[in-house]
Amino acid sequence: MVNKDTHSHHISQQFNEDLDEVKKQLLEMGGQVENQINDAMEALVEADSELAETVMSNDDQINRMEVSIDEDCARILARRQPAASDLRLVIAVSKANNDLERIGDETKRIARLALQLLENGQSPRGYVEVRHITGLVREMLHNALDAFARLDVDMALKVARADHNVDMEYTTAMRELITFMMEDPRSISRVINVIWALRSLERVGDHARNIAEHVIYLVKGKDVRHVSYEQMERKAKAD
Amino acid sequence: MNESTATKEQPGASASEPKTHAIDMSALNRDGQKLSLDQEEKCLKVDDLSLFYGEKQALHNISFEIPKKRVTAFIGPSGCGKSTLLRCFNRMNDLVDGVRIDGEIQLDGQNIFDKKVEVADLRRRVGMVFQKPNPFPKSIYENVAYGLRIQGINKKRVLDERVEWALKGAALWDEVKDRLQENALGMSGGQQQRLVIARTIAVEPEVLLLDEPASALDPISTLKIEELIYELKSKFTIVIVTHNMQQAARVSDYTAFMYMGNLVEYGDTDTLFTNPTKKQTEDYITGRYG
Repeated sequence: MVNKDTHSHHISQQFNEDLDEVKKQLLEMGGQVENQINDAMEALVEADSELAETVMSNDDQINRMEVSIDEDCARILARRQPAASDLRLVIAVSKANNDLERIGDETKRIARLALQLLENGQSPRGYVEVRHITGLVREMLHNALDAFARLDVDMALKVARADHNVDMEYTTAMRELITFMMEDPRSISRVINVIWALRSLERVGDHARNIAEHVIYLVKGKDVRHVSYEQMERKAKAD
Repeated sequence: MNESTATKEQPGASASEPKTHAIDMSALNRDGQKLSLDQEEKCLKVDDLSLFYGEKQALHNISFEIPKKRVTAFIGPSGCGKSTLLRCFNRMNDLVDGVRIDGEIQLDGQNIFDKKVEVADLRRRVGMVFQKPNPFPKSIYENVAYGLRIQGINKKRVLDERVEWALKGAALWDEVKDRLQENALGMSGGQQQRLVIARTIAVEPEVLLLDEPASALDPISTLKIEELIYELKSKFTIVIVTHNMQQAARVSDYTAFMYMGNLVEYGDTDTLFTNPTKKQTEDYITGRYG
C-alpha cells in the first residue's frame, strides 16, 4: 500500500522533487479554491459587490494554476515514464486539478449571481440554506485535500459519505424554495438566482467527492467511480 | 510471386507498410473481456525449478505457466536470474559446466529435461535470439536458409519460398530483397537483428526466446523490433528478457518480476505496471531500488 513516504525514495532525487512539487502545487491551488468558496458565499449572503468582484478576478489565477499543473504532469509523463504508484499520483493530480478548476468556475458563477441579486434586489429566502450547504461542501473539499496530502483512505471515504448528505440537504432546500415561489410568484426571478447558487454548491460537493475517489485510486489502485457508497467502501477496504 | 496474396498468407506485413492494429480477438473471451492468465491456453509450464551453478543457487523453486501465442516478459535487476531462466527453456544451460537443475519444464505437456528429448529438436522448437546480433559471415539468403538446410531441405524452390516468408515475417524483406546474395555482415545492427529473427523463425519454432533483443540497437531499430514482436505473437509464443522496463510494458501481455533468483510477481502487464501487488515489484518498477 502507498504511504506518505512512498513518493520520496527514488534513486533519482530530481524525480522525487518533480513529484513533490506537482503535489504541492495542487494542494496550494486547493487552498485557494477553498477560500473562493467561502468568499463567494459571503458575497452572496452579505450582498458584498466588492468581494464578488474579487472572487471573479481570482478565478483567473486558479485557471493559470490549472494550466501550470497540467504542464508539469505532461512533462513528468514524457520525461520520467512513471509507473505504478508514481503513475497513479500523476493521474490523480491531473484529475483532481481538473475538479479544482471546475470548483473555481462554480465559485465564479456564485459571485456573478451575487452581483445579479444586488441589481435585482435580494431574494426573500434561501440564504440560510446557502450558508449551511457552503459549510458542508467546504468541509468536504478540505477533507478531500487533506486525504490527498496524507493519502488517507478513511478520510476520503468520509468525504464520499458527506456528499450523500449534501445531496439530501440540496433536495430539501429546493423543495422549500419551489413551494415558496409557488406561493409568491413575484419573487421567482430573485429566488431562482439563489437556486442556481445552491445548484453550484451541490456541484462543488460532487467535485470534492471526485477528488476523494482519486485519492482511493492513488492509494489503493482501485477505481471507485460510478459505484454506490457501500461498494466503494468495500473496494477501498479490500486488499 | 504476387505481392498482395503473399502478404496475406504470411505472418507480419513488411515494415514499410502502415500498420493498423486490429483488436487481438484471441485475447478476449466470449463476453469480449480480456482473458485472465488462468483462462489462457498454456505453452510452457515451469514446475518447482531450481538451478545451481556449482554451489551457488541461481534459481529458487520457480513455478509458473507461460501462455501460448502471447508475449511474456521477464524483468528484474542484473543477476536476478532472468536470463538463466530463459536459457533453461531451450536447455542452453546444458553447455555451462557445473550446472545442476531440479524440477521440470513442460513444453506442450512434455518435460524438456526428459532423456527422450533430443536437444537439437528442442532448440528447433524453441528458438533463441541474443542481445548482440550474430549473423553468420555468409550471404543474407544463406543466413536464413541455414537452419532449413540443416533440416535437410535443399530444393531451391522450397528454400526460396521459406526464406522470403521468414524475411517478410521479420519485416526485413523490402529492405533486402534486391541484395539477398550480399554478405550479412554489411547490414546495420537493427537489420542484422531482424535477420537473426528471420533465421530463427525460418524453421517455424513454437517458442521464440528473446534475450535483450533490442538493447544494442538505436531507438528506431528498437521500435521496429518491438513492432515485429507484436506481429510475431500471432504465430509464436514469445518470451523476452529485457532491462528496459518501458519496453516490457510496451510489448508484453504478461510480465514476471524476478529478484535474486526468485519469481516475485507474475501477472498481466497492465496490472503489474499500474498496481503491482508486491512492494518489491513496486520499488523496482518505480526506480526506488537501492
